[in-house]
Amino acid sequence: MRHPSAEPVAPDHVVRPRRSWRDPRTRALASQAAVVAAVCAIVVMVAMQTAANLRARDIASGFDYLGRAAGFEIAQGGLSYSSRDTYARALEAGLVNTLRVAAIGIAVASALGLLVGIARLSPIWIVSATSNVYVEVLRNTPLLLQLLFWYSLSQALPRPHDALNPLPGVFLSGRGLFLPRLVWHGGWLQFGRVALERPELAGFGFRGGTSISPEFAALLVGLSTYTSAFIGEIVRGGILAVDRGQTEAAAALGLSRLRILRLVVLPQALPVIVPPTTSQFLNLAKNSSLAVAIGYPDVISITNTTLNQTGQAIEAIAIAMVLYLAISLAISFPMNLWGGAVARAGGRERGGC
Amino acid sequence: MIVNRRLPWCCLALVASLAVSACSDAGAHASQAQAPAAQAPPASSSTTPTLDAVRGRGFVRCGVSTGIAGFSVPDKEGQWRGLDVDVCRAIAAAVLGDAAKVRYTPLTASQRFTSLQSGEVDVLSRNTTITFERDAQLGIEFPAIDWYDGTGFIVRKSLDVKSVKDLDGAAICIQPGTTTELDVADYFRTNHLTFTPVVIERVEEAINAYLSGRCDTFSSDQSALATVRTHMPHPDDYVVLPEVISKAPFGPGVMPNDVRWTKIVRWSVFAMIDAEELGLSSTTIDGALASDDPDVQRFVGRIGGYGQMLGVDSDWAFRIVKQVGNFAESFDRNIKPLGIERGANRLWKDGGLLYAPSLR
Repeated sequence: MRHPSAEPVAPDHVVRPRRSWRDPRTRALASQAAVVAAVCAIVVMVAMQTAANLRARDIASGFDYLGRAAGFEIAQGGLSYSSRDTYARALEAGLVNTLRVAAIGIAVASALGLLVGIARLSPIWIVSATSNVYVEVLRNTPLLLQLLFWYSLSQALPRPHDALNPLPGVFLSGRGLFLPRLVWHGGWLQFGRVALERPELAGFGFRGGTSISPEFAALLVGLSTYTSAFIGEIVRGGILAVDRGQTEAAAALGLSRLRILRLVVLPQALPVIVPPTTSQFLNLAKNSSLAVAIGYPDVISITNTTLNQTGQAIEAIAIAMVLYLAISLAISFPMNLWGGAVARAGGRERGGC
Repeated sequence: MIVNRRLPWCCLALVASLAVSACSDAGAHASQAQAPAAQAPPASSSTTPTLDAVRGRGFVRCGVSTGIAGFSVPDKEGQWRGLDVDVCRAIAAAVLGDAAKVRYTPLTASQRFTSLQSGEVDVLSRNTTITFERDAQLGIEFPAIDWYDGTGFIVRKSLDVKSVKDLDGAAICIQPGTTTELDVADYFRTNHLTFTPVVIERVEEAINAYLSGRCDTFSSDQSALATVRTHMPHPDDYVVLPEVISKAPFGPGVMPNDVRWTKIVRWSVFAMIDAEELGLSSTTIDGALASDDPDVQRFVGRIGGYGQMLGVDSDWAFRIVKQVGNFAESFDRNIKPLGIERGANRLWKDGGLLYAPSLR
């Protein structure tokens, strides 16, 4: 503003002045270009130096190792995998495991968080006090410690031969939860038969049925309760941000407390709740990498093993970083869209938090 | 506005400094690339970077485990003890004249190779199994074998398992990134057996998981299993299965850029083995100076100038035995108390595999 002459208000017939350093836009452009160039230069230099160092130390580089047989087994997962498969396949199996625990964890944490957030505002003392304790305990202890706690708790369960058997075909032991599963006999477009396959004690453990491993259960419980404490606080803050008059007005209309919450309070609280909750979802996905401490074969666990067997640390860690970046973006993109939508629906111009 | 006016100049300065450093960096590359060719003829100073660095620094940087009893573990006073540690001390005794001139860097299984490759340690002496991949692909040199081991299994006696073949369908606790992980997968597949791996990185957590019943068996190197067994609340309730499903020769690792350093590491291990074979121990070595046996005379440096051939002084082997002891002494001091038999790690004369070339 101190240089009004530099402002581009020149009328059409006047020749546009040459770009000068006095023009703030030119300076802004130049400074941005310089920053980009500097960052690029640093990246290129680091890459060149790294490549030179690797060559100097005779360390193999490149991504060829992904096609080689991994040779190690992976315990559990949604993806069929054997030790004859490649490192790439092993990493895929790890990715599926990470996605599985992150997806279920996000769903559970959201539901728990919503409940806890609402419960903390409950006029019933015992409810608000309980949720208060829940939040403070979970929020103020390290997640790694909680995971180890849940895991050791799962290990306090009886051995397979003395497994708890609360329902027919359901067994709970230190080896995990074993459940019956439905099996389809017969092919497509034929009259098939659905049968119930029950797990049975055979040899060292249970065979048949489906199961949830203690590692997965401990990780899921740890991640979702820890994150739900934070989400609960966000929900509470969001509800408190809604003007009290709204609740009073709805009450004057004769709406029940549940309907006030559902129809009036929560829709207006969402624009405040969604953006910080996105961060919590991202935290949950990234915190799932602590799985390595309790032996759940996630991306980091597979990456560590791969790195150690092949010695290609830079490549393995770069891949893991790209995978986590992709997971995070896949979470934040729809969440941002949703955040924008609820902000507009809530009558605000932008996501404004 | 103020920020806006200063920013370009800051950035220009940054870019300029980067350009300068990039140029000097490129220059450094060029000189680095020329270095081997230019300095090849003298051959004495530039081809022994590790040895020169160790001498200049005054101590050997040795990569050890974070605590594996018998091999490398700190004692109550914080002194590192173990067979692997003794190899480090032997190297320091040979090169620097004092077995105490070692700085130990505890490394996890996952850190060990990167640490050696990046030059953080001069030698890696850490229960490391020598394999083709580690030699050929990681570019690590393994000058000698100092312990013969193999993958085994420990089980509860109450399970009534007599052989690995009885372990079909078992849950097995393993540590990730070890050769054990690969050996078990191979063995079970070959024998058409199934198993569930429970892979836990920290050894304490893995052992806890096993003790609490998460796994039916714990698999690791035989020596590690014996160590684990001694630390169990009721060691007699457990038994190590007789089968050893793989070969696991341990040895120190070095980077291949310093051939002389590699040879010093190799002969430091050989000296400990040869000393046992010659009957030289830390208590008898002083008397051996007067020996007429030519083998002993060469060993203690009375004849031949063998130390000079290796690039150290002639007392190097004498000091190793005097300060560290021979292989049997190291075994008796570190590994025997754990209840591990010497087995394959006896001298070849006694029916074992330990066989070091002679000093001649």
